[in-house]
Amino acid sequence: MSICVANISKSYKNVKALQDISFNVKVGELFGIIGPDGAGKTTLFRILTTLLFADNGRATVSGWDVVSDYKNIRKSVGYMPGRFSLYQDLTVEENLQFFATIFGTTIEENYDLIKDIYVQIEPFKDRRAGKLSGGMKQKLALCCALIHKPKVLFLDEPTTGVDPVSRKEFWEMLKRLQQKNITILVSTPYMDEAALCDRIALIQDGKILEIDTPEAIVKHYPKPIYNVSANNMYKLINSLNAYQYIHSVYPFGEFVHYTDKRAEFNAVELKLYLESKNLSNIRIEKTVATIEDTFMELAK
Amino acid sequence: MKRFIGFVKKEFYHIFRDRRSLFILFGMPIAQIMLFGFAITNEINNVDIAILDHSKDTNTEEIINKISASKYFSINQFIDKESDIETIFKKGKIKAVLNFEKDFSKNLIKDYKANIQIVTDATDPNTANTISNYINAILTQYNKELNNKVAFSYQIVPQTRMVYNPELKSVYMFVPGVMTIILMLVSAMMTSISIAREKELGTMEILLVSPLKPFQVIVGKVFPYIFLSIINAIVIVVLSIFIFKMPVLGSLVLLGLESVLFIITALALGILISTISATQQTAMMISLMGLMLPVILLSGFIFPISSMPLPLQVISNIIPAKWFIIIIKGIMLKGVGIQFIWKETLILVGMTIFFIGISVKKYKIRLE
Repeated sequence: MSICVANISKSYKNVKALQDISFNVKVGELFGIIGPDGAGKTTLFRILTTLLFADNGRATVSGWDVVSDYKNIRKSVGYMPGRFSLYQDLTVEENLQFFATIFGTTIEENYDLIKDIYVQIEPFKDRRAGKLSGGMKQKLALCCALIHKPKVLFLDEPTTGVDPVSRKEFWEMLKRLQQKNITILVSTPYMDEAALCDRIALIQDGKILEIDTPEAIVKHYPKPIYNVSANNMYKLINSLNAYQYIHSVYPFGEFVHYTDKRAEFNAVELKLYLESKNLSNIRIEKTVATIEDTFMELAK
Repeated sequence: MKRFIGFVKKEFYHIFRDRRSLFILFGMPIAQIMLFGFAITNEINNVDIAILDHSKDTNTEEIINKISASKYFSINQFIDKESDIETIFKKGKIKAVLNFEKDFSKNLIKDYKANIQIVTDATDPNTANTISNYINAILTQYNKELNNKVAFSYQIVPQTRMVYNPELKSVYMFVPGVMTIILMLVSAMMTSISIAREKELGTMEILLVSPLKPFQVIVGKVFPYIFLSIINAIVIVVLSIFIFKMPVLGSLVLLGLESVLFIITALALGILISTISATQQTAMMISLMGLMLPVILLSGFIFPISSMPLPLQVISNIIPAKWFIIIIKGIMLKGVGIQFIWKETLILVGMTIFFIGISVKKYKIRLE
């Protein structure tokens, strides 16, 4: 096991940030911690990177205890905090050089590891880090976290505030890094990114809702789910909420995701109901559940 | 070692790319020494005075000439009646009026005694005092000249000698003080801000999750400022020697070593401040309020410690600047060697060890 977390709890004054969290991450696995803001993701990362003490429970990273062997962990992991934490007044190259030096290595030595990422920011290597765009900053931060060839990589919300194209590129990079046998623990509030992980833990209010592969999590969704659309989205949601057999309704892009209370769902009946509410262009189709649906269901 | 050099290099980038800190580092010492050296002074020069001469005879004329011949006073106007004194003081330019009684010479010859009234504008008490002392000195001198002709039987003649600063130049007093302030400011404030900045910007989080040891981070932070503070100390000494003709009677090497010691004391204080402040703002406020004011007010730099109330005298002992000022005054003005200032030096060493000890204890290897 690369990361073992057993019954970790942590409270700040009167907020319970983490409650009895346990999970294991295998070597070379890409493990995602998926949850909304304030779910406790950053606290968990800080405990695992030896920056905070847990109130209860134990955790090990690469076999080292996060409390007693913290020095070894600090030498061998890469950490990218949620907030951009590089030196804004240093250039791209100087930042990378600095982090290489303090980890006792050089850019050349581990260049092959960061090459794919670094070539994209290399044209800007003389630019100050503070003047980079959001996506560029994250790529640079990833390079800095990787420069010493860490065994475990902790990425706390690496794609928050990054445009969709850069986000996609970023995840492709993570996939490639994974092939180099680096364990990656990544957190994100974006459900669509969850599907790219090997396994995910859904977390809310400091509690883990479920841990499994993204496919299994989706399969576990208990009910058939329907895409419903009509000419007026807002009215549609209100009408559905007022429908007597409703189980849940969530907006999802151009559709709403609807589930029914009954075992036998009758699409015609629903259509008639919606037409009676003066909605037109009504379409109802069966669809598959996404991680977001699962999360909403579990978080209910 | 490579790690350390890399860290120090990064610190120098920070310093040289931040215009504000560069200005504080190098602009401030020069500006302060010039300000204190030229503008702020206890000496009086060319003070405007007025004369109210009721007798206008040879003796009063001789006295007036003597006064106007001195570089301290310039006679600005002559007035005719007592009621004018108040009017001219209200205008603010005239700081003192000399009022000769009627029949000055006649009284002097007849009664061996004549009266002069010195009226000073005491809105600024220090200046008023100085003016009256200077005029008294000139009158005493004149008195003596008159008496040379007639022999007095018993006479006490005090012979005052001001040693170490015979011309009573106030710049001699200010240079050690300014040097202390600047070394304190640059060393303590700048280091505390630079460590607090890492915390504020979140880079401390990454530094913690790295193989860097706490003392490597601290020494790496402090090292550039030791170097820059030494340059500052040299600039100040050179400026004061060449512009203000300040003597350095003692050994320059000793002065240098004591300065380095004080720089390290100040840096240790800076580290201590940074361990208790989370943001640059807090670090700056604590440095300014907690260090600058005591250094200026309680170190004996401007106000003599011996004339402070007892509680403040006791408090002044815990201010490192007090001991450093004693040390550099001793070296520069008295030319003393280590045998006379070892006690103060030891106190500074002790304080430094104490500050470093607490800082190491308080330095957080985690975020909480």
